[in-house]
Amino acid sequence: MSTQKIVVIGNGMVGQRFLEQLTGRMGSDQVEITVFCEEPRAAYDRVQLTSFFAGKSAIDLSVVPDRFFEEKAITLRLNDPVIAIDREKKTVSSARYRDVPYDKLVLATGSYPFVPPIPGHNRRGCYVYRSIEDLEVIRAAAKKSRIGTVIGGGLLGLEAAKALKDLGLDTHVVEFAPRLMAVQLDEAGGKLLQRKIEALGVTVHTSKSTKEIVDGEKHPHRMVFADGGALETDLIVYSAGIRPHDALARAAKITVGERGGIGIDEYCRTSDPDIYAIGECALWNGRIFGLVAPGYQMAEIAARHVAGDESLRFDGADMSTKLKLMGVDVASLGDAMGKTPGALDYLYTNPVQGIYKKLVVSGDGKQLLGAILVGDAAEYNGLLQMALNAIPLPEHPEDMILPVREGGAAKGLGVDMLPANALICSCNSVSKGAICDAVTAGCTTVGALKTATKAGSTCGGCSPMVKQILDAELRKQGVEVKNHLCEHFPWSRQELFHLVRVGGLKTFGDLLAKHGSGHGCDICKPAVASILASCWNEYVLKPKHAPLQDTNDRFLANMQKDGTYSIVPRVPGGEITPEKLIVLGAVAKKYRLYTKITGGQRIDLFGARVEQLPLIWRELVDAGFESGHAYGKALRTVKSCVGSTWCRYGVQDSVGMAIQLENRYRGLRSPHKLKMGVSGCTRECAEAQGKDVGIIATEKGWNLYVCGNGGIKPRHADLLATGIDDATLVKYIDRFLMFYIRTGDRLQRTSTWLDNLEGGIDYVKQVVCEDSLGIGAELEADMQKLVDTYECEWKNAINDPESLKRFRHFVNSDAPDPNIVFVAERGQIRPAREDEKETEKEEATA
Amino acid sequence: MTARPNIDMSLKQWTAVCALDDIMPDSGVCALVGGRQVAVFRVSGDQVYALANHDPFSKANVMSRGIVGDLKGERVVASPVYKQHFSLATGQCLEDSTVKLETFAVRVNNNIIEVEA
Ligand code: SRM
Ligand SMILES: Cc1cc2nc3c(=O)[nH]c(=O)nc-3n(C[C@H](O)[C@H](O)[C@H](O)COP(=O)(O)OP(=O)(O)OC[C@H]3O[C@@H](n4cnc5c(N)ncnc54)[C@H](O)[C@@H]3O)c2cc1C
Ligand code: SF4
Ligand code: FES
Repeated sequence: MSTQKIVVIGNGMVGQRFLEQLTGRMGSDQVEITVFCEEPRAAYDRVQLTSFFAGKSAIDLSVVPDRFFEEKAITLRLNDPVIAIDREKKTVSSARYRDVPYDKLVLATGSYPFVPPIPGHNRRGCYVYRSIEDLEVIRAAAKKSRIGTVIGGGLLGLEAAKALKDLGLDTHVVEFAPRLMAVQLDEAGGKLLQRKIEALGVTVHTSKSTKEIVDGEKHPHRMVFADGGALETDLIVYSAGIRPHDALARAAKITVGERGGIGIDEYCRTSDPDIYAIGECALWNGRIFGLVAPGYQMAEIAARHVAGDESLRFDGADMSTKLKLMGVDVASLGDAMGKTPGALDYLYTNPVQGIYKKLVVSGDGKQLLGAILVGDAAEYNGLLQMALNAIPLPEHPEDMILPVREGGAAKGLGVDMLPANALICSCNSVSKGAICDAVTAGCTTVGALKTATKAGSTCGGCSPMVKQILDAELRKQGVEVKNHLCEHFPWSRQELFHLVRVGGLKTFGDLLAKHGSGHGCDICKPAVASILASCWNEYVLKPKHAPLQDTNDRFLANMQKDGTYSIVPRVPGGEITPEKLIVLGAVAKKYRLYTKITGGQRIDLFGARVEQLPLIWRELVDAGFESGHAYGKALRTVKSCVGSTWCRYGVQDSVGMAIQLENRYRGLRSPHKLKMGVSGCTRECAEAQGKDVGIIATEKGWNLYVCGNGGIKPRHADLLATGIDDATLVKYIDRFLMFYIRTGDRLQRTSTWLDNLEGGIDYVKQVVCEDSLGIGAELEADMQKLVDTYECEWKNAINDPESLKRFRHFVNSDAPDPNIVFVAERGQIRPAREDEKETEKEEATA
Repeated sequence: MTARPNIDMSLKQWTAVCALDDIMPDSGVCALVGGRQVAVFRVSGDQVYALANHDPFSKANVMSRGIVGDLKGERVVASPVYKQHFSLATGQCLEDSTVKLETFAVRVNNNIIEVEA
């Protein structure tokens, strides 16, 4: 077969997916591919566009694998829009090339933002929100502005509003409909979302139609509304819907829809069988799909069809969505508005916590048809699966949206209930069956599944389900519950802990020789190092331990994205003298470090090069600072509130207790990091119930809470003991922590540890408070030994010539790493992005 | 067109970078060799390997600070930033077949490590 010439117009997310699908099926000896794209860069993740303002760079957003175009021998013409298609000659012409021939042509031209034709719409200072270039001009304009207004309160409008907010603008949203996200949400849901977004400082104007935009008095623009009102603003972003890029097709007399969109059949062919259309420019059955997942399906179907495979057909796509808008969970699935005849609603609202949930079920109450979730969308995946797979509703459907109260049974939908064709990853059309197959074929980690199936690699929303399926499948295969640390040790962390203690093993080498195989890896080495430290508390930089440590532990500092490190001195309880504050300031100034107050009541100094770490720490140690172990799986901070010393409500000295605890447990190595908090009264300003160990003062003594968590999956702590005195408090914490250290799994926080512990909190109470296992004294003694042998790792490091040798970038030169480059932002340094480094280089050589 | 003399254009040469004992077993250091950053690893049994120090995923020059070990019998180093594994022998990334680190010839001569670049 001679080579087929394929021309693709548009290199957006969908065009790119087509290229990957096609080159995966046909080699460069079979196809010769040319791609034209109007934008100046290859495909990037438009879905994550807003993260550009939260610090992501254009490079971070790229979705093109490294060296993709070179390796697949694809000709990519960026910055070069196609301007005409000649169907007769089967050629296209671009701004720079004429008559490029094709055998098959693929239109992946996407869409453009609709700008309502109101008088004044194209004044200076009016923008759209679609590409990285759009964002760059908005960012530049925002620097000179105070107020920013988004026209359109749909999904994209709210994304744009978030971006304006991130840019520091006083943000307004103007929506024509009576509520936000009118397509996805009903009245009650839209109103609640509005309240929540307003609470975040965005002003929302609904039912407002803009009549014209004229010069303002205080600000450049004045938007005049049909109801007589007006709003003045510095800049305007339109987000009033999208329109398919179909002009090329229209000019070439390819059939387009009445209201736009290039018509396609089930193989994504247009009215010309040699021309395909995919993604947001395509119109199927009278519908445009403004989401990336349906576009990906089209890309695969078209690629298969070009390669001669007709097995897959497009038959519509699910438009369910779940997103986090400015931190507010919003989800809408299936028939959310209850349009199906006879449909019934179940409703749950909690105005205090700001939660609204609605289930739409069939008239006979047997099937879930749709749902709306605002404020808490944890059930989204389960509900979506139930609706898509027509899984019969449980006896009490309301249980699925009612909060679980203490003692209540956990709800949710076991993955085992799902049929094999259940769609798990909608971004990449991966079914449960495909994931199970990949597990059978040897994938044993989420990472491997991601590579093998692409599940979880786009928005990431399906990752928890992917993990559940993986675990369930592994359990079925019998690989299961063994919980092996990694391929080198057929033991769980808990078992290894016992082997180390009982066998008196002091090094990784001994443990490996006795109980493992191979040479170890980045999973088992740090885990064993932590066990050794928990058992014997030896200085972690001793040569025999150092190579085991993750770089953070090895250099006693957290590595940042550019290879520099951060420095977090311990500030017990968050209490710090003015003198010490001045030292931190002086050191930061001297070494030109970026300073930030952390979420843990201390100060982080960023941007230290590896060779500077000992110099900086020498000054800090001399001024009386100690390591804050921000790098270790160890105690981080004990957060305190100001307590009875100053606060008119405080009933005990929470700061004093926080300092006492932080000094007791500093440096303690554990399966994962540990955080504590002490509040002086029930107002709980130290957020102790979100910590691994939380303490709240009462008039009758301390209340002790355990196993709280913020972070990825917040969990409220459980009450372990009430009204106890100082000595009992310390005793219980000693026992609790040691018990966790002995039995916890690698990288398992106390919250997940408890959730997986048979018997739950009652069991912990028995072990810790009632000493049911009779190991209380032993646990306390173990802890006391660790407390007595504590040493500041940084103090040791700077006094040990052997360890100091490690703190340099080159083994054979004193030069610093020239790839570390900073630029100024808000009066401090930050790492330069790759594009900024490029300009720097160019300027240096110019 | 003028004919070019037939010389080796690579201009590669051996550079002594440090003593074997300057690298703890099962760890790495970064060496500056002819202006290039080379991560040199020593594994137990005193075998040495040399790879590019540039981590293609994070774009930071930090490969020498990764944890050294083996996966399914292949000696690897894990990137300290995002933890991808690279074969010490070939530079191949195990998680992504399209990514490979450059490798350098390396030898131990009288207890001194030499790298060719
Ligand atoms: C610096 C800081 C952010 C800030 O600027 O405020 C921070 C920075 C990092 N956090 Fe954090 N976290 C910081 C407070 C928090 C808090 C708030 C708190 O402690 O009160 C939380 C939620 C509370 C909790 O842990 O329950 C938090 C939850 C996380 C998590 C999620 C843990 C979880 O169990 O869900 C991670 C990821 C992990 O540990 O695996 C994480 C991981 C990280 C890492 C280590 C990510 C990394 O590997 O590079 C960041 C290292 C920064 C550095 O180099 O120092 N950070 N992180 C805060 C340091 C506090 C300190 O003084 O030590
Ligand atoms: C801020 C924002 C947030 C979003 N969030 C989500 C989300 O959470 N979930 C979701 O599923 N979707 C989301 N989307 C939608 C998603 O990004 C799109 O569905 C997807 O990008 C469509 O891909 P595409 O390749 O069809 O079109 P595009 O990404 O628009 O790519 C088309 C490309 O073709 C180029 N082009 C057009 N005409 C020509 C021509 N004549 N010659 C050459 N090149 C041409 C364009 O310049 C463009 O680069 C979001 C979109 C935005 C803007
Ligand atoms: S890990 Fe923590 S500090 Fe780092 S970006 Fe995430 S939330 Fe912020
Ligand atoms: S659903 Fe988005 S990555 Fe799987």
